[in-house]
Amino acid sequence: MKKYQNLLLLMAVLALVALPLWIVKKPAPGPDGSQAGIFAGADDKARDMVGSIAPGYKPWAKPLMEPPSGEIGSLLFALQAALGAGFIGYYLGVSTTRAKMRRELDKEARC
Amino acid sequence: MHIMEGFLPVQHAIGWSVASSPFVAYGLHSINKRFREQPEQRMLLGVAAAFTFVLSALKLPSVTGSCSHPTGTGLGAILFGPTAMAPIGAVVLMFQAILLAHGGLTTLGANIFSMAIVGPFAAAAIYRLARTARLPFGFSIFLAASLADLLTYITTSAQLALAFPDPSGGFAASFAKFAGVFAFTQIPLAISEGLLTVVVMNSLVRFNARELQQMKVTTAQELKA
Repeated sequence: MKKYQNLLLLMAVLALVALPLWIVKKPAPGPDGSQAGIFAGADDKARDMVGSIAPGYKPWAKPLMEPPSGEIGSLLFALQAALGAGFIGYYLGVSTTRAKMRRELDKEARC
Repeated sequence: MHIMEGFLPVQHAIGWSVASSPFVAYGLHSINKRFREQPEQRMLLGVAAAFTFVLSALKLPSVTGSCSHPTGTGLGAILFGPTAMAPIGAVVLMFQAILLAHGGLTTLGANIFSMAIVGPFAAAAIYRLARTARLPFGFSIFLAASLADLLTYITTSAQLALAFPDPSGGFAASFAKFAGVFAFTQIPLAISEGLLTVVVMNSLVRFNARELQQMKVTTAQELKA
């Protein structure tokens, strides 16, 4: 059980991510035929909520740069994730090798 | 949990920046001190930072039909204590604010407060409590990381509710609305974050047992088991 714990945990995460895609149905298009969005960002929803609570509020600052398109945006997000995952992978690789070498040294010392 | 650029009134933006900056400054000081005393921990702090980088870039779908992302700050807070995560979270949020127009510089203080201060402090406190209550190691990690994630989003809801109280119901009504957007969406994501933190922690316990024991994350008996 302990041996497969990480595998099981990763499968649970995968299920948690996949389930909403399957359960949540796309809302019907509005009366004017506009397509209702699904799986929009919660941050955007909060922004719209500000608009409905305080309709008079005007944001007083704008982002310095905006990714010129959604594609460039996802490129930068992918880059962020890749850098992080690359480093974690490198560290785990170093650690497993080191642990293995330690074990082998112990074995030699005992012989 | 990113409050968008310009979406906090000026006083709030300044207030949260003032509240966050001492944490970031003290965090930098404590990281420097740690590196001087134990330079071998540099790599592990890098792992904690990398984990935050990965998780906060993953926008995952939730059962509410919207997308949000985990924060990844629990791991570092459990390993290095909560103060170390304030500057790390600040770096991640700055990257997203400047390059991705995700969050903003005027709301940076507020976003640091929720993700890089409240979350890590909650994670460290919950982990200590769970260990004192003799809960198993993995379950303690899970509780700490997932509740920290959830509390980050509850903090964001409170920040927005403070800035934009409902005209009739005041803070409470507004908080309920924002929490409806953030907190419910976040529940499955918080569970995912908890599970992923346990996965990484399991690998660390297996291959870096000495370091973890040195950092008082695990006890000697557990490592033998």
